[in-house]
Amino acid sequence: MYREIKILRQHGIQYVRDLRNQPVSDLFRGRPVISGDITAAEIEKVSSLCPVGAIDKDSGSIDLGLCVFCRECEFCLKEKIRFTNDYRIAASRREDLVIRPGIEAPLRLNVEVIRKEIRRIYRHSLKLRQVSAGGDNSCEMELNASGNVNFDLGRHGIEFTASPRHADGIVITGPVSANMAAALRLTYEAVPDPKVIILVGTDAISGGMYAGSPAVDRSFIEEHHIDLYVPGNPAHPLTFINGILDLLGKK
Amino acid sequence: MNELFREISSNPFTVSLDIIPVLDYEQFCDQAARMLKDESDHCVAYYAVEMQGSLKLICCIANDRDHILRVFSSMLPSGKSTVRSLSKEVPQLHIYEREIYENHSVVFEGHPWPKPVRYPHNRASKASVMDNYPFYRIEGEELHEVGVGPVHAGVIEPGHFRFICNGEKVLHLEIQLGYQHRGVERLLAETRSGIWRCVLCDNIVGDTSVGYALSYARLIESLAGIQPSRAVQIERCIGLELERIAVHIGDTAALCGDVAYQLGQVVCEALRTEIINTTQFWCGNRFGKGLVRPGGTNYKMTAVVADRILSVLKDVGLRFASVSERIYSLQSVLARFEDIGQVTRQQALSTGAVGMAARTCGIRRDIRWSHPDQYYRDYPFEPVVLENGDVLARGQLRVKEVSESINLISGLISDWRNQPDEHSVPDYNCNLSPDSFALSLTEGWRGEICHSAITDGSGNIVHYKVKDPSFHNWMALALAVRNQEISDFPVCNKSFNLSYCGNDL
Repeated sequence: MYREIKILRQHGIQYVRDLRNQPVSDLFRGRPVISGDITAAEIEKVSSLCPVGAIDKDSGSIDLGLCVFCRECEFCLKEKIRFTNDYRIAASRREDLVIRPGIEAPLRLNVEVIRKEIRRIYRHSLKLRQVSAGGDNSCEMELNASGNVNFDLGRHGIEFTASPRHADGIVITGPVSANMAAALRLTYEAVPDPKVIILVGTDAISGGMYAGSPAVDRSFIEEHHIDLYVPGNPAHPLTFINGILDLLGKK
Repeated sequence: MNELFREISSNPFTVSLDIIPVLDYEQFCDQAARMLKDESDHCVAYYAVEMQGSLKLICCIANDRDHILRVFSSMLPSGKSTVRSLSKEVPQLHIYEREIYENHSVVFEGHPWPKPVRYPHNRASKASVMDNYPFYRIEGEELHEVGVGPVHAGVIEPGHFRFICNGEKVLHLEIQLGYQHRGVERLLAETRSGIWRCVLCDNIVGDTSVGYALSYARLIESLAGIQPSRAVQIERCIGLELERIAVHIGDTAALCGDVAYQLGQVVCEALRTEIINTTQFWCGNRFGKGLVRPGGTNYKMTAVVADRILSVLKDVGLRFASVSERIYSLQSVLARFEDIGQVTRQQALSTGAVGMAARTCGIRRDIRWSHPDQYYRDYPFEPVVLENGDVLARGQLRVKEVSESINLISGLISDWRNQPDEHSVPDYNCNLSPDSFALSLTEGWRGEICHSAITDGSGNIVHYKVKDPSFHNWMALALAVRNQEISDFPVCNKSFNLSYCGNDL
């Protein structure tokens, strides 16, 4: 007993008090800011460098749904592209993930497009079933971390369930491998209506590095309405948590 | 007499394709079987590649005692052919032969277990589909089967487990994988962009990003004949050891969670967070993605980062020592771990187990010691080896390895401070040696990661092979749960913590 108390004292208080404003290290790769005076030549240079084609050849905007946050564009063009440590980058519409040059404003959820029943039914309790479909296990580990002693997402009534029958929606990670496509559909069908779909990580949103692979089957994603996009490689627990809190309209 | 194999004493290495001895298949089998009878030998790569209308078999065997890698090859006619299987004689080759069968429809006659490995999109037979996996069956009225997955109760990767049980007792477990297959190897061989391959290697197995990126970087550096600065070499070792510490502590948390020791779980979770946040402080990513690049790094370690690592490790080291000491002295925990999920030394040897799975069965197998690369060469390193092969041993090995890695890092940082401040930057488009075979081995936290590549006459990578330690160790897990209570499966599984995406690729 005495030893346990000693361990607890060493442990101290670990939980993040303010999930909305928890500082993260300066180097964390979050929302990028692209200088408004980026030239066509510079755009050409970085867009041909980008391994996933996340930088638009014409406008120079960066699509966070494609971006794998490798930061190579910034290393190539330090004076024009800068990844800030702003981790609040989730969106309710796919097109909102596109960051245009000159835009420094934070990314906030477009409330208009959120289905009305989501906030009405799930505001105080949202149970989710996770489906890993070709993920590299980093997003899965970050989702687990969301519920750990530090981030404790459970304090808001948001938790992962063991069965889709007990869930209000699914959280998909990974580019959706063809070998997992059928199991993903079955899991989704097993969730009672109404249900939400959340995509976590760049792989899930666009296929990421695997977008062009013949071993990937994106048809489920293309056929369904997505309620929340949580970019990142992997998505940081704070990105996921803030995205869900915004989706549910929590403070 | 013709040379039977090529001896190589460095890791990684690049050799010209035409100096790898080509044996006829019978000779090839004799050679492999003779070498692998020696317990200190194990096969690190054995695969087939289509070349000039034939199928070239390449095999590389590593010896833990004389620290030599031996490579040899054979040629088979392209397309469907039937050859004798070595798996009965040398069981550790079973998984390689299964893979070659699945990819190239070479039939290994007499293979006791010719089953699919991962259902790759470009497999030789499309008749083999996820839904008709040929599970082993036992008839009997007292027996029942339990199927679990691919979607599991926890937030983990997909895989299917099929248990045959007598009451609560597991008689047999078969693990069906392939759900995570994304076509990694083909993508790596098809692209011509160096930067693309780097980023892909960060994202093959996310929990071992540093280990994978390092295997790739060393392979490319070997093919290009370049070396990063000494400071960068030290930094890479630090990154790799930080990854090991973080996962080992996280696994300790998971093991405590499975036996409902909540204090151990939450304390270890918080300690893991400290470590991965330190990695993030260094390179902006909690998993170290982007830290390792061929030729150099984008994230030079600064004195501030070094100080931060040392102070975090000092604190985490003390706290983890006190909590782990408590965990492994509690009767209620020991009752769940001790003699549970035991793998014998013989089983580990015959499955070709690597990494933790081998070292907990009394096998001294650690690439950092047997085939040290870069900075590990200059650092006296002794692998931790335990004997009992049970869940307890796999748990305690982690505790010992955490403490060893912490010591290693403090030594590395002292040396790092004495290095000249020459920064090497990444080199994505270096010229690779043409018509070559290259291979690199890295001891990640799970065990040895093997990357190997073949280049064409212009130095383009035309074939790329990745091997995760889990490729061998999944079979060790299946053996570990035999005759155990099915309720002990979760702790057995966590104690191995194997990779699905690393197996499925």
